[in-house]
Amino acid sequence: MSASTTTPSQPEQRHLRDLLRLPFRIVVEPRMNVPRWLAPATSIGAVILALVIGGVVIQFAGGDPLESYAHIFNAAFGSVGVFSDTLVKATPLILTGLACTLAFRMRLWNIGAEGQFFMGAWGASAVVLAPLLPATTPRSIMLSAMMLAGFACGALWGLVPGFLKARLNVSEIITSLMMNYIATSWVLFWVFGAWSDAGFQMSPVFPETAWLPRLTDYANQVSDLAGLTLHLGLVFGIVAAVLVWFILNRSRWGYEIRLTGDNPQAARYAGINIVRNTVLVMMLSGGLAGLAGMSEIAGVVHRLQGSISPGYGFTGIIIAWLAKLNAFGVILVAILFGGLLLAGREIQPSGVPRMLQGIILFTVIASDVVLRYHIRIVRR
Amino acid sequence: MIDWIIILQAGVGSGTVLLFAAIGEVLAERSGVMNLGVEGMMLLGAMTAYKTVAQGGDPWAGVVYAMLAAGALSLLHALVTVNFQADQVVSGLAINFVGVGLSTVLGEGLSKAGTVALLPVPITQAMVMDNIPWLAQVPILWQLVQILVIDQHVLVYVGYLLVPAAWFFINRTRPGLHLRSVGEYPAAADALGISVYGLRYLYVLIGGLLAGLAGATISLAVSPGWFSELTTGGQGWIAIGLVIFAQWDPWRAAAGGYMFGAIRRLILDLQGPEMLLGFRNPFFYTPKLGFFLQMLPYALTIIVLVAVSREALRKRLGAPAALGTPYIRGERGI
Repeated sequence: MSASTTTPSQPEQRHLRDLLRLPFRIVVEPRMNVPRWLAPATSIGAVILALVIGGVVIQFAGGDPLESYAHIFNAAFGSVGVFSDTLVKATPLILTGLACTLAFRMRLWNIGAEGQFFMGAWGASAVVLAPLLPATTPRSIMLSAMMLAGFACGALWGLVPGFLKARLNVSEIITSLMMNYIATSWVLFWVFGAWSDAGFQMSPVFPETAWLPRLTDYANQVSDLAGLTLHLGLVFGIVAAVLVWFILNRSRWGYEIRLTGDNPQAARYAGINIVRNTVLVMMLSGGLAGLAGMSEIAGVVHRLQGSISPGYGFTGIIIAWLAKLNAFGVILVAILFGGLLLAGREIQPSGVPRMLQGIILFTVIASDVVLRYHIRIVRR
Repeated sequence: MIDWIIILQAGVGSGTVLLFAAIGEVLAERSGVMNLGVEGMMLLGAMTAYKTVAQGGDPWAGVVYAMLAAGALSLLHALVTVNFQADQVVSGLAINFVGVGLSTVLGEGLSKAGTVALLPVPITQAMVMDNIPWLAQVPILWQLVQILVIDQHVLVYVGYLLVPAAWFFINRTRPGLHLRSVGEYPAAADALGISVYGLRYLYVLIGGLLAGLAGATISLAVSPGWFSELTTGGQGWIAIGLVIFAQWDPWRAAAGGYMFGAIRRLILDLQGPEMLLGFRNPFFYTPKLGFFLQMLPYALTIIVLVAVSREALRKRLGAPAALGTPYIRGERGI
C-alpha cells in the first residue's frame, strides 16, 4: 500500500475519477490472482444486493418487501411438502440451465431454450396424441419414446440456429430467440386444432402410461409420500448434470468446447472443427431443453396446452450464469430459483419473481468486476 | 378484399416503432456497444408512457418519461459493459429481464385503465380534402400522400426527420466520425483524445432513449393500451435483427421497419376476407392456420438475416470492428 502503487507511471492502474472532492479516493487495479473464496462470496453478495434492490422496488410498488421475502422463503422451503413442490419447479430449470451452460461454455448464445422446451413438450405429446404409440403401451416404452421424441424435437430447434451460425455466421442470438415465437405458435396450432380436447385450448389428459412416476404414487407403500408431487424428471436433471459436467470437464470434446469458447482463434489453429462442434453443441443444448419440456408435461401437466412454462427457458439463462457455468452449481441455483418461482405465484405484485431474476443476473455480472479488479479506498 | 394502401399506411405507422428502436441500436452499436436489452427497454418505455397518461398526464409527458426510464436502464448497461467490462451479451439479456420484470411489477393493474389521452393524429384525410381538394385527383401522388402523411400519429413525422438526420450525423459530421472511430478502432480514437468511455455512454444512452420512444409509440399510438409483455411482443428483438439487416445504416433500418410494420398489418388483414385473389381464403375458413401467419414476422427475421449474411460475405460488409469488445486503456488489441 505504498504511495508508489498509485503513481500514474504504472499504466495498468486506473483511477475512477473522484466525482466530488472526497477525503478519500478509490483505487482500482487489476487482480493478479483471485482467492478461491472470492467467487462464491461475490455471487452471494450479488444475490443479497439484488434482494435489497428488489425490496426497494417492491416498497415503491406498494408491497412490503420483508413480508414478501419471508413469504417466498416459507412458501418454498418451509415444509417437506412445499420443498417437494420447489424441486418440481426446479426440475425443468436444471435441464434448461444445463442447456444454456453447455452452449454458453462455447460462447454460443442459445437463448432459444424456451422454444426448445416447447418443442420438446410437443414432441413428447405427439407420441401420445398423434398417436405414435397406443395408450396401452407399457409405461417404460411409452416414456422412453416420449423422452426420445422430446429430446429430438428440442435438438431440431437448436439445430436451425446452430447450422445457420456455423455455415453462414448468422447471429444465433436472434435466430434462436425468433425460434421461440415460432415454437409457441406451433404448439398453439396443435392445441387449438387437431389435439384440442372438445374445443378447449388444451389436449386431453394423457393416459397414465405416459405419466412420469411421482413419489405420491408410492403412498400405499410408504404413507409419508402421500401428496408429494416430485417426479422422475429430477433424476433426469441430476443425470444430465453429471453428463454435462463430465463432457465439459473430463472429455476431449469438452476441452474443444471450452477452448473454442475461451479463444476461438487458438481453437482454429489447433485444428478443432468449430463448424461441427457448433452444430452439435446447439443440438445437444436444444435437446436438453427439449427434455425439460418432456419432463414437465409427462411429470406435471399431463397434457399439452399453451401455458406450460413461466419462462423456464429464459430463467435457464440466468441460472447458468449465476452458477458460473458449472453443471453442479446449476442444480443448486435451479432449486433456489424453483423456490422463487413457486412462491412468487402468490405474492403481489405478480411480476416480482421475474423482476428479481433480472436484478440478480444484473448484480451477478456487475459483481464480476470485483473478481477482476482490486478495489481499495485510499485516504488522500 | 385486401387494400394495399391501408396496409402500407399501417406499415408506416407501426413500422415507426421498429425504426426508432433500430436506429437507437444502430447508434449504440456504431460506438461498439451491443445492447440486447431493447425489448426490455421498449417495454419499460411503453409502460411508463401509458402509466403517465393513465394517471392523467399529458401524452407528451408520457413520451418524455418513457424515454427517461428506458434511458436510465440503458445507463446500467453502459456502466456494466463500459466500466466493468462485463460481457455485452449477458448484460443486455439482464437489462432485458430487468426491463420486462420492472414493467410487469410497476404496470400491475394498468390494463384496466380505461380510455386515456393518446398522441395526436395531426393530419386527417378530411383536412387534406378540404384544403387541397385537387390532390385526390392526382393518382400516384395521392396514394403516396395517403400512405405517408394522412391519418398518421405524430411520431411518424418525427421518424421521417430522424432517419436522414441520423444518416447525416453518422456519415457527414465530425461527432459522427468520432462515433464511428470509437466503434471501429477505440485505441486510435483514444490516442486522438476522443473519450471512448464518454462516447460509448452517450450512444448507449441515446439508444435507450430511442427504445423508450419506440415503447411510447406502441402504447400511446400504434396499439394503445398495456398488455404486459404482449405490448411489445418481441419487436425489440426484431429491431436488433433489423440492425444487422440494415448493415448499421439508418435508411435501411427505416425501410426494414416499415416493411415489418406492413407485414404485421397484412397478417391481420389476411384473416378477414372470405375470398382471396379469387380463391377461397384458407385463413378465413380454417382460423387455426392463423398461427402460421403469426410465425411470419419471426420466420421472416431469420430469412432476412440469412439473406443478408450472404450479401455481407460478398461485399465484405460487416459490423463495427470493435462491436462487443470492451475497451481497456493500455491493453493490447482494438
